[in-house]
Amino acid sequence: MQKPILKLKSLPITYLLKPEIMNIVNILSEIEKVDGEIYERLSPRRAAMKQFYGFGAKIAAAAIPLSLGSMFNKAYGQSAPVAVENVLNYALTLEYLEYYFYRTGSGTNGLIPAGPGVGAIKTICDHEMQHVNLLKGAITGLGKTPVSFTAANFDYTAKGTFPTVFSDYKTFLAVAQALEDTGVRAYKGQATNLMSAPGVLQTALQIHSVEARHASHIRQMRRAPAGGGLTAMKPWITGANDSGVPQVDAVYKGEENTTQGGVNIRNLGYSERAATEAFDETLTMAEVNAIASLFIK
Amino acid sequence: MENQDILESGIQRRSFLRYAGAGMAVVALTAAGCSKDNDMVDPVTGAVDLGSGDIGILNYAYALEQLEAAFYEAVIKTPFAGMTETEKIFLTDIRDHELAHRDFFKAALGDKAIPALEVNFSAINFNDKNSVLGTAKAFEDLGVSAYNGAGKLIKSPDYLTLAGKIVSVEARHAALIRDLIENGSFANMEVVDANGLDVARTPKEVLAIAKAYIKTEITANNLPS
Repeated sequence: MQKPILKLKSLPITYLLKPEIMNIVNILSEIEKVDGEIYERLSPRRAAMKQFYGFGAKIAAAAIPLSLGSMFNKAYGQSAPVAVENVLNYALTLEYLEYYFYRTGSGTNGLIPAGPGVGAIKTICDHEMQHVNLLKGAITGLGKTPVSFTAANFDYTAKGTFPTVFSDYKTFLAVAQALEDTGVRAYKGQATNLMSAPGVLQTALQIHSVEARHASHIRQMRRAPAGGGLTAMKPWITGANDSGVPQVDAVYKGEENTTQGGVNIRNLGYSERAATEAFDETLTMAEVNAIASLFIK
Repeated sequence: MENQDILESGIQRRSFLRYAGAGMAVVALTAAGCSKDNDMVDPVTGAVDLGSGDIGILNYAYALEQLEAAFYEAVIKTPFAGMTETEKIFLTDIRDHELAHRDFFKAALGDKAIPALEVNFSAINFNDKNSVLGTAKAFEDLGVSAYNGAGKLIKSPDYLTLAGKIVSVEARHAALIRDLIENGSFANMEVVDANGLDVARTPKEVLAIAKAYIKTEITANNLPS
């Protein structure tokens, strides 16, 4: 995070001494403590930063709030506010869905057997809560209103499809797998809608790969005897619905694809299994919403 | 610091040829009848340049997939002592995925693909489980961080989606390898920060780490940043 220092070096010393300039730098440093990506968000290509400092003497004390505001708007994607806001609130909805699922599971006595599963579910639950908080902050930073959910808004039996979701550990993990694999596909499907806001795109990708790590681990938990003993289960998705739960076919729709960017991976000499496993697929917002709506009252 | 970077960088020599003796260098290449492929290879240092724009980013990914594919090929060819049946199944799957990624990039890049890179695995003891899994963990976490950092550098929506399709599989690998080393470490604080975010690295940061395992010199001075 040395970019601002490099920029400051190029400024005449008189600007460095201006208290209002130093205040801005201090503000940025403070933000950096809680948001290490702030400079990337402000300008991945450093153009806005350069522009900002380039104002030089024009930055009067009165003008600073405006300049700062416009910089943050750029950083968080004001150029495409509706698309970015939509994606962020959509992501926030999914994170709430996951968070309350794990929180309820963790808080249900006797559901998760003593052992490594307890720690793993706590780790995942913590990440989902962090994602909720991060996304709420990003949406508020855009000047928009984050969606809000409580545990009471969700029905994890999916309208009676999984009646034992919080009483049978195997069912709990089966639903967890469906939620994680959906989350991975959901973020992946929105990446192109965030290209106008590179900082937000990177943050979304950094959440996306964490969801994939979760999915991998949940799948391994289902291999263990307590988790269902599904010894054929793999950390990656083989073919379409490999979950053993036909009710979640929609989660895996299209995962059997073997053609990427016009290249049929099978024609490169790979089995159908490897060709489908090596690439995860996207889901559209509508497809994900249809899945999520099963769990929302 | 800056001077050191320049001295260490193959691009300096390349720039010299391009700007100071450009005419002669071009003539020499043409006369030798070099194919388009070889434009990426510095005739003096042998350094491979990844190129610019989206092609540069795809070549960057192709270079990393070459590294991973070569590693897992060796892992399966000479299994470490005591490799369980489950470990063998998973590691063979991962090998197949990395080979498929490698060959996909090669096919997608066509004549813009960098040549095959020479790897350097002298620091890895392929007979030793800890050495192999420790290296696998480093490679998978590095791959995830590389794709996470490169996404915003990609201009084509199709390529961005493709990168997304691959990075989540790398993250699935990373989590598995970590769990094979220590169950429950799939997304620990080494790789996920207090905001619940995975690591993102710039190409420069990634290549600085990867170069210990790649004998071929790689230059990436024309990549978007």
